[in-house]
Amino acid sequence: MANGILKLIDKMKPTFSKGGKFGWLGSTFEAFETFAAVPATVTKGRTQVRDCVDLKRVMIAVIVALLPPFLFGMWNTGEQHSLAFGLEWGFWMKVWFGFYKILPLILVSYIVGLGIEFAVAQVRGHEVNEGFLVSGFTIPMIMPIDVPLWILALATAFAVVFGKEIFGGTGMNIWNPALLARAFVFFAYPSMITGDSIWIEGMTNHADALVDGFSGATPLALAADGMQAPSFLQMFIGNIPGSIGETSTIAILLGAIVLIWTGVASWKIIVSCVAGAAFVGLLANGLAEPGTYAAYPWYNHLVMGGFAFGAVYMATDPVSSSQTEVGKWIYGFLIGALCVVLRLFNGGYREGMMLAILFMNTMAPLIDWCVLRPSIRRREKRAVAAKK
Amino acid sequence: MEQIRLHKGLDILVKGEAKKVVCKTLVPKVVAVRPSDFKNVVPKLLVREGDTVKAGQPVFGDKARPQITFASPVSGTVKAVVRGEKRKLLAVEIASDGKNESVQFEPVSTSAGKDEIAAKLLASGLWASIIQRPYGIIANPADTPKAIVISAFNSAPLAADISLTVKDEVENIQAAVDALAKFTSGKVYVNISAGDENSPLANLKGVVITKFKGPHPAGNVGIQIAHLCPIGKGDVVWTVKPQDLVVIGRLLKKGVYDPSRIVAVAGSRVKNPAYVKCVPGASVKELTDGFDIKAQKEIYDQECGVRYISGNILSGENVGENGYLGYYDDTLSIITEGNYRELFGWAKIIRSKKFSLSKSYFSWLMPKKKYNVDTNLNGGVRPFVVTGLYEKVLPMDIYPVYLLKAIITEDIEKMEQLGIYEVVGEDLALCEYVCPSKVNVQEIIEQGISLMLKEMA
Repeated sequence: MANGILKLIDKMKPTFSKGGKFGWLGSTFEAFETFAAVPATVTKGRTQVRDCVDLKRVMIAVIVALLPPFLFGMWNTGEQHSLAFGLEWGFWMKVWFGFYKILPLILVSYIVGLGIEFAVAQVRGHEVNEGFLVSGFTIPMIMPIDVPLWILALATAFAVVFGKEIFGGTGMNIWNPALLARAFVFFAYPSMITGDSIWIEGMTNHADALVDGFSGATPLALAADGMQAPSFLQMFIGNIPGSIGETSTIAILLGAIVLIWTGVASWKIIVSCVAGAAFVGLLANGLAEPGTYAAYPWYNHLVMGGFAFGAVYMATDPVSSSQTEVGKWIYGFLIGALCVVLRLFNGGYREGMMLAILFMNTMAPLIDWCVLRPSIRRREKRAVAAKK
Repeated sequence: MEQIRLHKGLDILVKGEAKKVVCKTLVPKVVAVRPSDFKNVVPKLLVREGDTVKAGQPVFGDKARPQITFASPVSGTVKAVVRGEKRKLLAVEIASDGKNESVQFEPVSTSAGKDEIAAKLLASGLWASIIQRPYGIIANPADTPKAIVISAFNSAPLAADISLTVKDEVENIQAAVDALAKFTSGKVYVNISAGDENSPLANLKGVVITKFKGPHPAGNVGIQIAHLCPIGKGDVVWTVKPQDLVVIGRLLKKGVYDPSRIVAVAGSRVKNPAYVKCVPGASVKELTDGFDIKAQKEIYDQECGVRYISGNILSGENVGENGYLGYYDDTLSIITEGNYRELFGWAKIIRSKKFSLSKSYFSWLMPKKKYNVDTNLNGGVRPFVVTGLYEKVLPMDIYPVYLLKAIITEDIEKMEQLGIYEVVGEDLALCEYVCPSKVNVQEIIEQGISLMLKEMA
């Protein structure tokens, strides 16, 4: 069987090589070829042997880490829908419903994003990079379930073209592409990503069939408006309205364990991000008058909205985050702090995590520059000493 | 005795370590002196085909610094001058007459000054054994180094055990160290492995002995310099390998050029890896004669070739089966050429035949397991993505990715700021090994060094 696949590849290869009938699809063929089998390339440099980890493995580790919130999101989509419309569904019905609703989002995201990636790789004659395997999976997870597919397609295209390709592709981007997709929707179609009705499947179009008194508001909106938000425990478990993948802190923590254990994400960023949010939250709790939003217990911010998902999957994106180890502490802390500041003081938009991360993505090189300075200064001092 | 503990680094456990016996003494038929062994040297040929040469007689010199020459390791006749494209000199092949007759030099008395010693080393071609940092090029005889640093152990996988290869040569090493000490304004540092208290070099006199503890690259002299006497702009530190000290010692004491040394023939493709006594420039064919190179079809049922590496598997040179042992090398590594394909290799949950530092594979479950390594790249080349990984295997005050990016963009000022003077390729070999983006780290570093040499000249 194994040799059969390799033989099939060998048989198809000439057709897709330069001069072959489909030579213009060379990069695309290569992408599938290296996907199927690690190529027979050997080392050329001085280091004669290499570790068996490659970028495909790194990316697949992130996908595995994304599975718990994804699976939970599937169930929760069904759960919220059945709550809103008063349906008495069993567990598997909810999961099936979620799968049925989320699948188109995933397909659109991958088809649009990978389509552009393959085309660009083909035009430039590059190998196709694996980065979008992760971005394409995360983009639907940070969207509301009711997002129209054409908006999702536009956002994905925007993120890939302006978030990645114009900078030179995977590894060169300044901002996290998935967050950029969300930011695009937020600024271009604000009505589609705010409000109370978008978080639950079918609510936008079938408001008349709702259970009496059902609002659909996210905990974030409830808390900000001074209403009764779900309990900490419920938000921690995640059976609440929200973007598809962001609601369950417990599922996200499972993913965090995978990311930290495999070393793909920096635990320093995650820990300092929580510390930053806790710091501002505690400060606000201490200074605020009782009853105001600022007095809302700080720990709830860690389980509401996109905080946990952002801290674990978005802030830790190695390309757009701070690259130095000390820098990671600063970068993470400021994201957490900024997120809670935005939530408390930005009345127009209650979710601070997206903007906090994008802003700190922009600032990350500056942080790294400051971290590099001491090392450079030690070196300059040695040079002065050498001259004497 | 001070001990320096290094926490960063990585020991890759590889099958095929040489058994600690010298299994044969090679009397070579043909040897080669290759300009490519010597960084930044443009050769000027000093012999012609058919000339008879003695051991210690220069065969070519450095165009830029004519006083630096490179000698024949044996006596015999010049068999061939091998040239490549644009008549580039690739090697001078010498057919040995088996007599090992050396040019006779006057022995140098222990009270000799440094000028006399330098003249002797230059005349015999042994000056090439003295490497300077920055850049890792042959030292300039006019410099006064701020220190001389000698690493008395190899930490790279499969590399020769120096405690074995020089154990009967302590007197010669002492003579060489005494002579070299006259060149420096500072100290001579000799660094031994903390695990090897009985190192024959531990009892050298007139030197500072330091113990280094930790995983590879603790044995790399560049790493040791960074912890003992870090190099600033304008500093010069000299380094010599122990086996070259032996040769220098023989010259100074007896007036003969005798470059014979003990070399490890190791690697997972050798059935009976062991040590061989030979000379630098010995041919791979003769070196491996008598060793059993395993035919290997074990990897996924695909026939794989053999790679012959002069040096260790992390920073050696692929010389091929018709190649020659490099001037500075004390190891010949023989491993599998990894030109096979592995179906869904990256997607396997467990990939038991391969080692990875990444915990996404499960080699961490078997920390003592030794692996059959091969030269497969294990993936495609990508831009830098993962961060913080290089730092885990580089025990230096350097931000490797930033340095590499400065080199790629040819930003000389940044390269200086980020430490180009402190590194050579081999110090970052492990960075290249662990890189999931398969970046050619050593090549980039060497490009940076070439650029510095060009700009600073």
